[in-house]
Parts: sequence; structure tokens; C-alpha cells
Amino acid sequence: MKTLIDLFLTFFKTGLFTFGGGYAMLPILKDEVVKKHQWASENELLNYFSIGQCTPGIIAVNVATFCGYKLKKITGALVATFALVLPSLIIITLIASVLSHFMENEYVVHTMRGIRIGVAATLLKIVFDLGFRVYRQSTLKKVDIFVFFLALIAIILLKISSVFVILITAFIGCLSLGFERGGK
Amino acid sequence: MIYLTLFYEFFLIGLFAIGGGTTTIPFLFDLSAKYNWFSPEELTNMVAVSESTPGPIGINMATYAGYKTASYFGSIIATLGLVTPSVVIIILVSMVLKRYACNNTFKHLLQSLQPAVVALVLNATLQIAEVSLTGILPIFIFAFLLAFMHIYKANSVFYIILAGILGLALKL
Repeated sequence: MKTLIDLFLTFFKTGLFTFGGGYAMLPILKDEVVKKHQWASENELLNYFSIGQCTPGIIAVNVATFCGYKLKKITGALVATFALVLPSLIIITLIASVLSHFMENEYVVHTMRGIRIGVAATLLKIVFDLGFRVYRQSTLKKVDIFVFFLALIAIILLKISSVFVILITAFIGCLSLGFERGGK
Repeated sequence: MIYLTLFYEFFLIGLFAIGGGTTTIPFLFDLSAKYNWFSPEELTNMVAVSESTPGPIGINMATYAGYKTASYFGSIIATLGLVTPSVVIIILVSMVLKRYACNNTFKHLLQSLQPAVVALVLNATLQIAEVSLTGILPIFIFAFLLAFMHIYKANSVFYIILAGILGLALKL
């Protein structure tokens, strides 16, 4: 029961402090799920994101379901997802019903602009942290660096959907695994 | 009856929007053309609200659209519809993953995806930076936050709240 309550509180907090898309919740999940509760390793968290990217649905929900299921099976998956969604339900319903001018309030606008800068900063930090760790653990450093820049070019310059980027990377992964096998 | 349609339509979006919250937006424009639930102008407004309120954009959009269509209960039904395919599919994937968790080839395959995920997170970072770092003061706050993170170690929520306070205090 305690785990379920922790799961609820953690994902409620994550839902409350995620501004923007699913990736914005990565820094918070790293703090909460990896460091504080040790429910999953950083590697597992990254795997959840790469699988969540290629499976249907919102990535944030996919990751919450993964974490919840890992800890407490189906109950855990439902609790984590419900907790993630709850802040949105409350806040958006309030804005849509009674606070229709909330978004035009100048104090809210200033705070939101600040928050967005904060999200950008925490995300940039996690890109460096993750990048270094992935590089250190990599067994095929040259291939991985190549894949990183290829993916970056594909998303930013060629505007290829991130789903295809992950799928193409999986294909390259299969090929390089094959080479490794063949070389032995 | 509207609830059933609402659930069905958002279930479909949840099933076919692969790759994150913003991919739901084109589907919602289709919905506004198909039903009289909300106008394209309202939808544009919804996107702006969803992006700057807490919570994943996709969920915010579903809640907002559901509310516009059928009030409080509508917001719950739309969100439930959007989330259901994810939950079912990820539970199934989890069961399969558990079976292959010890398989080395599979582990290597997942690991080989990690550089691409780092690139995707970097892309998300650049997108937020593009809309938030719009002048000298925002860039200064950004640099200050990065330096502060280096000196004072706290969790991300702390820095996000701090950034919000700075934004308010400096009238960004």
C-alpha cells in the first residue's frame, strides 16, 4: 500500500511540474524515480522513452504506465497513470470553466515565461548528463556518435518524425549487432 | 450518447497519435471539422493554454476539448479515452519485456537506441529554448540557472519554481 501511495504522489508531482511535452518530465523522473525511490535505473528510464516514442499514445502516459507496472503490476500502472493525469484534469477544467482569463493575467504570463526558461535549463542539463553517461557506457562509441548526429540532423534539419528516427536507429542497431556477431 | 462518441474519438487519437503530445494536434483539427464541438480558433487557443499549463500537452488538450464539448464529465471521458490505448499497450509491452529482460541481444538493441533518445531530448530542449530565450534578460536568467545548478545541487522542481519566481519578480 505504501508503494502505491508513493507511486501516486510521485506521478502527481511529475504531472504538476511537467510543462510542455513528455520529454520535459525526464529531469523530474530522473530525480524521483531513479535517485529518490530507485524504482528504475537511468537505463530503464531511457528505454521507456524510446519504446514510448514508438508505441501509440502520449509518451508521458507510456512512461508512467511502465514505471507503475514494474512496481505493482496492473494496479501500479493504473495508479501511476491516474496520478499523472489528475493535475491536468483539475487545472485545465478550472481554466476552461471559471478561470477563462487566467492565461491573460500579467502575473501568470511573467511566471510562465520564467518557468519555461527553467524547463529549458533543466532539460539542457539532463542532455549533458545523459549524453556523457551513454557515451561512457557505449561499447560501440563511433557508431553511437554517428547515430546521435544522424538522429539530430534527421529531426532538426530534415524534420523527420521522431518515430521514424527511433525505428531507423533500431535498424542500425540490428546491423551493428550483426557485425559484432560476425566479427567474433 | 455524446460521451460515447467523445470516448471513441479520443480513444482513436490515443491509438494513432504515435510520438508524443503534439502529434495529437492535427487529429484535433480533424475533430473540429467533423463535429461542432469546438472551432479551429478555439483549438488554437487550447494549444496555447495546454503548452503553458502543468501537465503533458496531449492530456491538457483532451481535457480542454472534452470540457468544451460536454462540460466536466466530458473532460474526464475524453482524457480517459486518450489514455486507455496507451495503458493497455504498455502493460502488454511490459509483459513481453519482462520475458526478454535477460536476453542479451535485446538488451543491446535497446541500448543502441539511447544515442537517438539523447538527440530527441536535445531537440525538445532546443524547441523550448527557441520560444523562451527571446531576449537578453531571458538568456541571462538561463545562464544564471545553469551556473546555479552547478553550484547548488537540488532537484529539478526546485529550479523550475525558482525560474517562475524570477520571471515574476523581473516582470519577464
